Amino acid sequence: MRRLLFILPLALFVVLAGYFTLGLFRDPSVLPSVLIDKPAPEFALPALGDKPGLATADLAGGVALVNFFASWCVPCRAEHPMLMRLADEDHVALYGIDYKDKPEEAKRLLAQLGDPYRRIGVDHDGRTAIDFGVYGVPETYVLDKAGRIRFRQVGPITQEDYERKILPLLKQLGAS
Amino acid sequence: MRKCIEPPRHQGTKAACRPRDIARAARFKALRAKLLLGVLVSWWLILASAAPAFAVLPSERLADPALEARARTLGQELRCVVCQNQTIDDSSADLAHDLRVLVRERLVAGDSDRQVLAYLTSRYGDYVLLRPPLKPTTWVLWFGPPALLVAGVLALFAAWRRRRRDAAAPPMPLSADERRRLTSLLDEGG
Repeated sequence: MRRLLFILPLALFVVLAGYFTLGLFRDPSVLPSVLIDKPAPEFALPALGDKPGLATADLAGGVALVNFFASWCVPCRAEHPMLMRLADEDHVALYGIDYKDKPEEAKRLLAQLGDPYRRIGVDHDGRTAIDFGVYGVPETYVLDKAGRIRFRQVGPITQEDYERKILPLLKQLGAS
Repeated sequence: MRKCIEPPRHQGTKAACRPRDIARAARFKALRAKLLLGVLVSWWLILASAAPAFAVLPSERLADPALEARARTLGQELRCVVCQNQTIDDSSADLAHDLRVLVRERLVAGDSDRQVLAYLTSRYGDYVLLRPPLKPTTWVLWFGPPALLVAGVLALFAAWRRRRRDAAAPPMPLSADERRRLTSLLDEGG
């Protein structure tokens, strides 16, 4: 019993050190979304160019991806081919929210790289992004048929993210 | 001494006023002390002015000083999620600016401080709060360190009491075996 008492500090230290070591490998930039399993926030955003704008009601009725992007955001350009592929595969409705952007610049971006979105809403003051809990673009939200947020991707969707996280979830949610 | 700070006009020779050197040294000393004080004070001023490095822009400020003061207090409680270890008041990030404006809008709309914080945590989670809320998952965080301190003090106290008790107790008498060994050792030495 006495001996056990002497081992206790060492055991505590090992537990603490283990905890901190794990902490070293945690990416502090990835924050959990509090909106998981909650309905998407209410919003109604104006259109970009000829396409219709985007409102919460538009997201209902099917599995949807909502992608926050901006023309000034370099990682968004890196993500763009992936979004084009998603649009081509047509598993899921992809919607865009143009975050704090100049409309002409956004239009130029989509003219250059292609437009993967079914609808685009212009979030000029970034309020809708705050309602979603966005803290940087790109961020992508997966919404189920009931319009609840099921997943948040922080940063560009990589091939690996798509295959390991998003695609299985889309299948599970019954995206066509 | 005081007289020799101004050298006497008519007795111009150095010998006439020997304390002059002393005075010069004293003056130098006083000057050095003043300089040191000046440096310390300016350091302190720099540090003091650096601490509240507000990024709050004049355009964001509210006309009502009471509301603005509440906004500042809230701003110090809220983490800028982009830069993570700064408050939204300290950060010049774009999102921090948006959040400052939002906080002020909510206050003007009549929200209580608690409602403003709830508004933001419903979107960004507890992570936006720089002061973690008290709830079952944070009990270890809040109560762990004081509990450890109390446990440490108790352990120290117990050890101290035992030591005192041991010191006060009469030494244990030697057993028959020990006594025999002692006598044989003493005999050997003798």
